[in-house]
Amino acid sequence: MSEIDLAVLLGSVVAGAAPIVLASVGETITEKSGVINLSLDGSILLSAMVAFVISYETQNLLLGFAGGAAVGGLIAAIVGIFSIYLGQSQVAVGFVLTLTAKDLAYFFGNPYARLYGPQAAPWPVPWLHKIPFLGELFFSHSVMIYVSIFMIFFWWWYLQRTPLGLRIRAVGEHPQAAYARGTNSRLAQLRYTVMGGLLVGLAGATFSLCIKPGWGRPQGAEGTGWIALAIVIFGGWHPVRVAFGAYLFSFLQVMGIQFQGLWPSVPSQVFQVAPFPLMIFTLVLMYAAQQGSSDAVSKAPSWLRRLAQVLSGTAPASLGKPFRPE
Amino acid sequence: MEWVAGKKENMKRTLLEIGVILGGVFAITTLILVVAGAPPMQAFYHLIAGSIGSWLKVAQVLMGWIPLCLCACGLVYSFRIGLWNIGVEGQVVAGAVAATFVLRLGVEAGSPGVMLVLAFFGGLLGGSLWAIIAGFLKIKGGVNEIFGGLGMNFVAQGITLWLIFGPWKRPGVASMSGTELFPTNLWLPSIASLRLSPTGLGLTIAVLLVTAWVLSRTRLGLALKGIGNNPRAAYLHGLKPNRYIIIAMGLAGGCAGLAGTFQVTGVYHRLIPAISSNYGYLALLVVMLANYRIGIAPAIAFFFVCLNVGGIQLPMMLQLDSSLSGIIQGICVLTALLVYSWRRKRTITEE
Repeated sequence: MSEIDLAVLLGSVVAGAAPIVLASVGETITEKSGVINLSLDGSILLSAMVAFVISYETQNLLLGFAGGAAVGGLIAAIVGIFSIYLGQSQVAVGFVLTLTAKDLAYFFGNPYARLYGPQAAPWPVPWLHKIPFLGELFFSHSVMIYVSIFMIFFWWWYLQRTPLGLRIRAVGEHPQAAYARGTNSRLAQLRYTVMGGLLVGLAGATFSLCIKPGWGRPQGAEGTGWIALAIVIFGGWHPVRVAFGAYLFSFLQVMGIQFQGLWPSVPSQVFQVAPFPLMIFTLVLMYAAQQGSSDAVSKAPSWLRRLAQVLSGTAPASLGKPFRPE
Repeated sequence: MEWVAGKKENMKRTLLEIGVILGGVFAITTLILVVAGAPPMQAFYHLIAGSIGSWLKVAQVLMGWIPLCLCACGLVYSFRIGLWNIGVEGQVVAGAVAATFVLRLGVEAGSPGVMLVLAFFGGLLGGSLWAIIAGFLKIKGGVNEIFGGLGMNFVAQGITLWLIFGPWKRPGVASMSGTELFPTNLWLPSIASLRLSPTGLGLTIAVLLVTAWVLSRTRLGLALKGIGNNPRAAYLHGLKPNRYIIIAMGLAGGCAGLAGTFQVTGVYHRLIPAISSNYGYLALLVVMLANYRIGIAPAIAFFFVCLNVGGIQLPMMLQLDSSLSGIIQGICVLTALLVYSWRRKRTITEE
């Protein structure tokens, strides 16, 4: 394989990962504040449909992206209001919305299936795209791919390096304590749930306007939401590691297509399953590492212990538990 | 006398709530249809006529009601102990795979009746095993049952695809249409004129009755409820929550496995990629709408399958996507959640 081919191949990994990066970073923000938004899979589809329909009708890509993001934010707001203010189970509401949003997308998208609409053209970054190899890899894509890369570092900085980020993390760990210190915990949770939802919506729009242009049943984005949820855990709720997980998955997917020839009997859908055993394995390792001093851990082979260190991370302590100020 | 009056008051309240839910769902659905530019009344007509318009349609609904009800029974066990068994979908698939495995042996073994019974046992075990893995991941590995279950769903789906395209592929061609059809003597017997399986119906009713009995009349039911309501207190009373988590998951998975077996032996007569028909996920909605109790779950399940079966008419008659049924089901649950939270708020203020 020549160097150019390799760059193109890896470039397609970076491009293909963009919506997964957006969705999983969005979900990371939401979960950091203590809320699980389980509606990702449906949200992505519905926002993909809305983004495509809006930009098809108005011939304006920007409106399409805005519409997609708005849908994601709206669904997240429903999850937030039902769970934070009405005391319903976050999982229940998110799950119902996943199924309903998916059906809404198919229902309203039906007349727009298989139409040719506007799509975001690649926009190579001036000068930078001429850098050999790296230019092909990172700087020859459409704008949303750059946005996805920017979001990783922006949210890492925001969560880990700013007072506001510290406040979200405090709310996610211990909403009572944050409340006592003067933070309106419920409002903060709602705000970051919606913020995460906007990114999820943008992920959907990135599918229908860049990565898999157009609308249909199936669109091709199905299942991404669940994968993003798994990747958030795999990445230990840390934006950069989460993004790394997204790239790893995209890499596996591209390789799966490349190596289809080697195992013709294995359909490519089987590769889609890979993140889930990895997610379970990560969770078990994290749990084992937390039990720290126990014998099982000290007896474990050293590579496993090192892996546990790399993958270490803890879920926000109040994740999924609604907070009621008394 | 006060008690009777209270009961009457409760009854009135429940009826009012059901009225509010149905009214809300009707209003929102109409709105959605108007926005989509479709004639609402015609759409409702086709949904109803397409599901209970003839005995043949009713039989078709019942054939969907069977697996949906079985899954719902299973979920009531796991919800009772406070577990969100989202893995039910994978448990249906695992049951279907196990049943297919048994029936494939049966093609040569002869005595189809015995093989069918064995297939149901196989499905029961397969579903149970899949759920128990998720249970062990929870109690030994610290993996929340939602993420564990979700992961196991996708793994089950992957295994099914691999089997259909690999070891169990049809001679010559492997395709998404599934494995080869079983010989007809390995099909679950059905009433030919209606294509309805009395065995499946009987089994489901039996499982429903047993579930209701176990949960309300036995020590096991009480233990599950106790742990679900307050695991700490239950533990101090000498119950072992971990053991009961495994039991509840095993029962839940077993019911789901039966549903998967029914899909294989009674409906598709082969293993297909979409063998679960999403009944596991749909059953979660059914049980949520039934407020996590078995009581009215069968009725809700019947209503939901009516929507599914009636929805098949929509593309042909009105050029609408059949996913309208799913939208109505989702709105039902969302409206119900709103009403339940409103009820809870009211009881809290009354106290």
